[in-house]
Amino acid sequence: MIAIIDYGVGNLFSLKSSFAAIGAEARVTSHPEDLAAADRIILPGVGAFGDAAEKLCRAGMDQAVLEQVSAGKPLLGICLGMQLLLEESLEYGTHAGLGLIPGQVRPISEVIPADYKIPHIGWNALQFCGEPSRLFSRISEGDAVYFVHSFQATGCAAHTIACAEYGAPLTAAVAKENVFGCQFHPEKSGNVGLNILRAFCDLEV
Amino acid sequence: MITKRIIPCLDVRDGRVVKGVNFEGLRDVSSPVDLARYYSDVGADELVFYDITASAEGRRLFTDILCEVASTIFIPLTVGGGINSLDDFDRVLKCGADKVSVNSGAIRRPELVYEAAKRYGDQCVVLSADIKRVGGVFHVFAKGGREDTGMEAISWIRRCVDSGAGEIVVNSIDTDGVKGGFDLPMLKAVCDAVGVPVIASGGAGNIDHFIELFHSLPQVDAGLAASIFHFGEVLIPDLKARLREEHILVREVAPC
Repeated sequence: MIAIIDYGVGNLFSLKSSFAAIGAEARVTSHPEDLAAADRIILPGVGAFGDAAEKLCRAGMDQAVLEQVSAGKPLLGICLGMQLLLEESLEYGTHAGLGLIPGQVRPISEVIPADYKIPHIGWNALQFCGEPSRLFSRISEGDAVYFVHSFQATGCAAHTIACAEYGAPLTAAVAKENVFGCQFHPEKSGNVGLNILRAFCDLEV
Repeated sequence: MITKRIIPCLDVRDGRVVKGVNFEGLRDVSSPVDLARYYSDVGADELVFYDITASAEGRRLFTDILCEVASTIFIPLTVGGGINSLDDFDRVLKCGADKVSVNSGAIRRPELVYEAAKRYGDQCVVLSADIKRVGGVFHVFAKGGREDTGMEAISWIRRCVDSGAGEIVVNSIDTDGVKGGFDLPMLKAVCDAVGVPVIASGGAGNIDHFIELFHSLPQVDAGLAASIFHFGEVLIPDLKARLREEHILVREVAPC
């Protein structure tokens, strides 16, 4: 069973539906104790980092996630959920993240040319960094996925598994051992996205 | 690099797609769910659903259909029509919509844009503007393009972007239905005024019109159309192949 963490940010309808579409049992939960019963965990999220980090803490989910990850359970952060995996974010002040992946979340405006629109929104091609990650076992380099974001993970080159070109290479996905993160939305990226979720389900626990 | 988006728009009334559709292999051509799946399979990058129902019963039906679409189609969905309050945002977002398009509701109560952007994020709020030249000035029209608000369009759009609209659909009433091409001067005026993504709507009659759009206005992010897609006058795989030949970046669709 896959636990999709519900901590009050964003709606999880599409995410839950996309797991149903690939035949995986997923349960949306706001109870930290449910994570122990899951094989793998999804940390979603939209909105502002500070607010989301606070809600995650208040729900007691931060500690529960850390415990399950250290026990070896696969974790996938999506969009803001990926950013929460990092050490800190500079979105409206400085906020601490889960620290599962070293690095900092910073505005993409710092690296992209001034005439590029913000947010980075739409379909963009994945460029793999290094050996293809296990998360990409069912897709090909160059496949397009759907992005909507104004901030990105930085300082995590050693753990970056894919980038997307937008006037500068933006961090599209990260991985460190059993922890994975996608800046894009696999649940909105058509068959490519579903194949990424399938690959996540394939990971051995 | 980011690709140009091709977006079919489905008008839904009482649970059915309005405007006849004619596709081989489609069991039920006016079923929003079947049509959405077809478009997703052939490479549409996003879908827009407009609820043109007037009755409460029709609205419930629309919401049910939206849930069904969003549980089987995994590309971005924008929903518009009858969005007048945060409750309306809530209703469609809970059914899997990613973006919500406001038009007359924002004209009646401009704070709606700010309130929605604050609650759901700028990326969620799409301003759809029906625009027509009146005495050489771009005017915003309300109620599906029937009523001249007297407001100058560019300043209206700028105001909504300042309030948090994350994307603009520019629907030119002057070119809509004429099939003579997109309204390039109007689109350029909007692109020059705002820094958020702009979606061109109104006037596409053939593939060349999309090529012309993206070549002359590279700032435009997406092209939206309805009947030419529904009637099969423009097939999305052909359109994308031609755009690719013209070195316009579009997304390739991965097989299942």
